[in-house]
Amino acid sequence: MKRLSPSTWIGIGLIAMFVLIALAGPWLAPYDPTDQDLDNILAGPSADHLLGTDENGVDVLSQLLHGARLALVISGIVVVLCATIGTALGVLAGYYRGWVDEVIMRAVDVLLAFPGILLNIAIVALIARPGVGVMIFALSLNGWVGYARVARGQVLSVREREYVAAARASGASNRRIMWRHIFPNILSPILVQMSFAFGGVILVEASLSFLGLGPQVNYTWGALLDQGTTYLWKTQRLALIPGLAIMLVVLGSNLLGDGLRDRFDPKRQVIGG
Amino acid sequence: MPIGPFLLRRLGSSALAVLGVSLLVFFFLHMVPGDPVDRLAGGDATPEQRRDMAACMHLDQPMATQFGIFLRNVANGTLGRQCPDPEHKPSVMTRVLEVMPYTIELALGGMLVALLMALPLGVVAAIRRGTWVDAGAAMVSLSGISMPTMWMGPLFIFIFYVQLAWLPGPAEADAPLALLLPSVVVGTHLMAMLSRMTRSSLVEVLREDYMTTARAKGLPEWVVILKHGLRNALLPVITVAGLQFGSLLGGAIITEKVFARPGLGTLLLEGIGERNYPLVQGTVLVIAVAYVTVNLLVDLAYGLADPRVRRA
Repeated sequence: MKRLSPSTWIGIGLIAMFVLIALAGPWLAPYDPTDQDLDNILAGPSADHLLGTDENGVDVLSQLLHGARLALVISGIVVVLCATIGTALGVLAGYYRGWVDEVIMRAVDVLLAFPGILLNIAIVALIARPGVGVMIFALSLNGWVGYARVARGQVLSVREREYVAAARASGASNRRIMWRHIFPNILSPILVQMSFAFGGVILVEASLSFLGLGPQVNYTWGALLDQGTTYLWKTQRLALIPGLAIMLVVLGSNLLGDGLRDRFDPKRQVIGG
Repeated sequence: MPIGPFLLRRLGSSALAVLGVSLLVFFFLHMVPGDPVDRLAGGDATPEQRRDMAACMHLDQPMATQFGIFLRNVANGTLGRQCPDPEHKPSVMTRVLEVMPYTIELALGGMLVALLMALPLGVVAAIRRGTWVDAGAAMVSLSGISMPTMWMGPLFIFIFYVQLAWLPGPAEADAPLALLLPSVVVGTHLMAMLSRMTRSSLVEVLREDYMTTARAKGLPEWVVILKHGLRNALLPVITVAGLQFGSLLGGAIITEKVFARPGLGTLLLEGIGERNYPLVQGTVLVIAVAYVTVNLLVDLAYGLADPRVRRA
C-alpha cells in the first residue's frame, strides 16, 4: 500500500478540523450569530469577544462558528447531489453509448460553454429572496457536469474489461452490471473530484455573496467576507478572519484531492474542477 | 479517424453547443421575474408608452419570433440594440468590441503570471517528488486557487495602493501598470492547475529511457531536466493553459468588479441588472463562441501533435 504524502495529511487535518468545528460550532459559539451589542461596534478582540465584533456589534467568533455549519451543509449537499447525478448520467452515457451518450454529452457541452457562475446568478436572480435551498439548487444545476465527464470516460475503458463481459455472459441485467461491476471500479476518480469540488462550492458561495446574490443569511462565510471587505479601510480584521477560514478549508480540500489523485493513479493528469 | 471528419465532427458539436447556450439564455431571460418594460420605461410611464416600449423590444411577438429576431441580429453582426430609440444607440457588438481589449489584455496578463509561477513550482515538485519540498510546492500552488478572489483583490489594493502607493488603484484601467495587480490575482488562481499538471507530466517523463540516455551522455542535470524533460512534459500543460485562456475570455467577473475594470464579465452583469435582453444574449453568445473556439483550437493542436487523440 502506497503511503500518503505529507501534503495529503495536511489536507486531511484541515478538513477534519473544519468538520469538527462545523459540527460542534453552534454549541461552542458564545453568542447568537444575530445578537447585536450596540455598545460594542467594530470592537477589537477582548475577553468578551475573542475575535471582536462587526459593524453591528455582532460577535465575529459566533458568526464564524455558525457559518462553518452552514458551509458544511451547503458544500456537503451540493457535492453529494452533483456526484450522484453526474456519475449516474456519465455511467449511462458510457454504458449505452449511441443516442443516450449523444444527448447527455451535448448537454454537458452546453453547460461547459456557458459561464458557470452566470448560470448560478441567473437562477438566484429568479428568486426574490434566495435562501440556502435556492443556493444549493443553483450550484447543483451545473455542478454535475464534471462528474459526468469523468464517469463516462472511466466507463468507456471499464466496460471492455473481461469481468464485465463475464457478468454479461452469465446473464446479469444491465442495471446489475452497471451497479455491481462498473460503479465500484470507477469510484476513485469520482472521490478525487468530490474532494476538489468541496472547496470549490465554498468559493462560489463567496463569489455570489460578493455580487450581492448570496443566500439571505448574513453569517455565511461569503457574507462575512463581503461585509469584511467593505470595512477594509477601517479595520482589516473583519476581512482577514473569514478570508483565512475559507482559504484554509478550500486549501484542505485541494490538498486532499491532489493527494488522493496521486495515491489512486499517479498517471492521471487532469485536476477536476 | 483522419483529420477531415474529426474536424467536421468537432465543428458540428461546437456549433450545437453555441446554439444550446443561446437557447438557454433566451429561456432564462424570459423566466426572470420583473417586467423589463418597467425597468426601461420607468414607474410613471403611461400605458401607451409601455406598449410602445414592449413593441420596440418585440416583447409583443411570440417567443419563436423573438428568437428569430435574435438570430437575425447575430447574422447581421450587430447582436441587437437597446430600446428605447435603438437607432441612436450603439449596437451590442460595438459595446462588446469596446471592452474586448480589456478582457484579452487581462487574460494574457493572467496567463503570463500563472505560467511564470507554475512552471518553476511544478519542476521543483517533480524533481523532489515525495519530499517536504514537494509538499511545500503543493501548498504554495494550491493556496492560489484556495484564496477567494474577492478577498485577495481588495487585500492587494489595500497593501499596494492604499498603504504603499506603489501601484494604480481601482478604476484606473488605462494607467500604466494598472494591469499588474489584476493579472497577479487572476494568475495566482490559475497557477495551481498548471503547476500540478507540470509536476505530474514531468514525473512521467523523468521515468523515460531517453532521460537515462541524456544523463549517460554526461549532460549537466539542469540541461537534462529542462531540455529533455520539461520540453516533452509541456504538451498537457499547454493544453490546460489553452482551456484556461478560453474561459478567461468569458471575462473574469469578480476580478473586473474588484478592480472596477471594464470587461465582458462586467458588461454581462450590467445587462442582467438592467434586464437588457440584447446585451445579455449578445455577450453570452460572444463568450460561448470564444470558449468553444479556443477549445476547438486546443483539441486540434493536440490532435495534430498526438494522433492517438483523434481515435478517442
